[in-house]
Amino acid sequence: MGRTSTFLLSAAAAVLAGAVPALGAWQPQKPIEFVATAGPGGGTDNLARAVQNIVTKHKLTEQPIVVVNKGGGSGAEGYVYGKASAGDPYKVIFGTSNAWQQPLVSKVAFNYTDLTPIAAMAQDEFLLWVKQDAPYKTAGDYLKAAASGEFKMGGAQSKDTDEVLTRMIEKAGHVKLTYIPFKSGAETAVQLAGGHLDSHVNNPSESLGQWRGGTQRPLCVFSPKRLAQGAKVTTTEGWGDVPTCVEQGLDIKQYEQPRTVWLPGKVTPEQAAFYVDLMKKVQATPEWKDYIEKTSQVDTFLTGAEFDKFIKEDLDHVKQVAGEQGWLVK
Amino acid sequence: MENLQELLHGFTIAVTVPHLLLMAVGVLLGILVGVLPGLGAPNGVSLLLPLTFGMQPVSAIILLSSMYWGALFGGSVTSILFNIPGEPSSVATTFDGYPMARDGRPTTALATAFGSAAFGALIGVILITFLASWVAQVALAFGSPEYFAVYFLAFASFVGMGGAAPIKTVVALAIGFAIAAIGIDTVSGSVRLTMGIDELVKGVNFVVAVMGLFGIGELLVAVEEEFHARAVSSKIDWREVFRAVGRLPRHSVALLRSAAIGCWMGITPGGPTAASFMSYGIARRFSRRGRHFGTGEVEGIISPETADHAAGTSALLPMLSLGIPGSATAAVMMGGLMIWGLNPGPMLFVDQKDFVWGLIASMYVGNIVAVALVLLTVPVFAALMRIPFVVIAPLIVIICVVGAYSVSNSYLDVVMMLGFGIVGYLFKKLFYPLAPLVLAIVIGDKAEDAFRQSMLLSKGSLGIFFANKLVTCLIVGGIALLLLPLVLQLARLLRKPAPSTDETTSREKVII
Repeated sequence: MGRTSTFLLSAAAAVLAGAVPALGAWQPQKPIEFVATAGPGGGTDNLARAVQNIVTKHKLTEQPIVVVNKGGGSGAEGYVYGKASAGDPYKVIFGTSNAWQQPLVSKVAFNYTDLTPIAAMAQDEFLLWVKQDAPYKTAGDYLKAAASGEFKMGGAQSKDTDEVLTRMIEKAGHVKLTYIPFKSGAETAVQLAGGHLDSHVNNPSESLGQWRGGTQRPLCVFSPKRLAQGAKVTTTEGWGDVPTCVEQGLDIKQYEQPRTVWLPGKVTPEQAAFYVDLMKKVQATPEWKDYIEKTSQVDTFLTGAEFDKFIKEDLDHVKQVAGEQGWLVK
Repeated sequence: MENLQELLHGFTIAVTVPHLLLMAVGVLLGILVGVLPGLGAPNGVSLLLPLTFGMQPVSAIILLSSMYWGALFGGSVTSILFNIPGEPSSVATTFDGYPMARDGRPTTALATAFGSAAFGALIGVILITFLASWVAQVALAFGSPEYFAVYFLAFASFVGMGGAAPIKTVVALAIGFAIAAIGIDTVSGSVRLTMGIDELVKGVNFVVAVMGLFGIGELLVAVEEEFHARAVSSKIDWREVFRAVGRLPRHSVALLRSAAIGCWMGITPGGPTAASFMSYGIARRFSRRGRHFGTGEVEGIISPETADHAAGTSALLPMLSLGIPGSATAAVMMGGLMIWGLNPGPMLFVDQKDFVWGLIASMYVGNIVAVALVLLTVPVFAALMRIPFVVIAPLIVIICVVGAYSVSNSYLDVVMMLGFGIVGYLFKKLFYPLAPLVLAIVIGDKAEDAFRQSMLLSKGSLGIFFANKLVTCLIVGGIALLLLPLVLQLARLLRKPAPSTDETTSREKVII
């Protein structure tokens, strides 16, 4: 009941305020649903909730926003839901590169073309992590030791970003790694702490606690330049002290995971434009900067043709790896 | 010593006015769901779960665990007064509790049940207090093979000790595995068993399954049997309450034995239901008055109640330290932990000390609150039982439908919940055990992942399950449990050429 009355009130407010915005611009007339294609607490969920907080705090729209989690099937649940909601501009789907990568390697009932791309908002970094007391100090040492062919690399999910990166490391470092898929990055981190794995390629936020707790440490970051310094994580080191993998002789210049925002298919260009504009406003706030820094991500904003180009390039790249591995679904 | 300090710190978190209020609310709600047939702790906790999303994790877990204690107590009330177990785990309590109550001694029966239940819970909490951080340290030693071995042990213990015909347990487990396999497979990344329904890619939610299996299933059985529970006078003579509790120490052997069984079954994911049945069965075998069991024997109440609560309490330990739920309710709470952004597992004891020790302290306090309240509220709930079934039944259906829908706002879940209701009904009619089915739905896919991860680690060699002492012990224990019924049967065959199976006991026991 409470929701209905707020809804009626805000609808009334929207009608009254209707005269103010520029003519022709689309404005939402009812509550908006943010769909996180991940379980609560995951990186995608954090993004959706951060955006929700910022929009609500700065009153960037009059409408209330609800975040729902549809993370089943590695996120497929959320995308399928988005596909089924075609034409509904009140469902905003938050995801990753999964949106175009997952349909390549597994028979899920959606493709990214079923959705309307809004933006890629933040890029999550990947690092090469080893156990705290591992003998190797650099990625070069690691590769030398891995030449034995006995190394076990853990990661979240199968044929997903973590495994793609693992296969790239194999190729660039001329080694063979055994990839073990777990449910999540957090689970993988615990397995590395227990010494059941030799390494993993978690995002910064997934292993932050473990680095601070002294159970594992990063060797290098898969990025063209070092990360922003920020606050120290351990007593002596922060993210900026982690060398790039290229510096250490592991020639993978860049590997990042974009956080992506979508609308269902068949929405009007005006409706899409509203959300592109909304996300731009979100990105300009100090809270956004805070979120980016806390999660050690890179602040980017791709939309329109740039975003399309990014997807095409990434698709080509993943298709190549997936093709070599025989993962592509017929 | 360090544990005691942590515990004292925990008490400062648990014993605050808002938290004590939450405990009282949780216990009362728990008693309510425990008393109402067809609900029960797993359903109650899953109904309450969405309300906790905005709360602090410590407050949320205190509310949910208090509800759990309340439900465990509440389940015994109806078992004893009406011969209707509100909880599957209090089925065994009906065997002697109801005859005693019908005999005009409901107060004695209730007080004995609550007294021994509190004792069992206390032993369980003490176990958690002193073993928690040890288990947390050991927990890091758990890689994929060890996880698989623990799951294997749990499955094997259901086959070996569950009480139901072993082959029926295996069938129930197999159906559970098939349900757990629906959705995306972690190891291969491919979609399985969605049967052309796109939405099934998310898999089957455990809450949806439990609501149907227990809630709707129980209801269908009740409708068919058209139960006209006649109310037994449930006036409480306060002096008799204290007298009954005072007589408990005379049965110290039964108390300690039942507590030990309960703790073991709680830590290995056997759960309170299996524990209470096992404890009752063993008591009947070893008690001097074993022949009188079933006619209102005190030890016949003590044994299942103590074990039920010891197991219910210690079931939270593997959930916290290993991320393995020891009971259906613990499994629901574990889902809650993840929703609140906590990761059950070894790191919880390192990263979330306040949460863990606040919870453990709240177990001591919560159980005291529960015992006090349960004695006070018995007349009230006895009156509630006089509400006609025609009013209660639609309420249960509404609760289950709303509950299933609220899991992920999906109508498919409601349909599946009703489908599970029919499955639950069929299981009961055909004397198949529900607990292994639920167990397989909860940890089936985890067991599969752990097994396949182990195979990747060892490059396909089963030797990895005998690679160190820990995993070898767990696996050998599991195999022993698995073979136990076979060995017992062989032994019986050797002793008696023509074994006569006791049909009624196997039927009684199959409800587990």
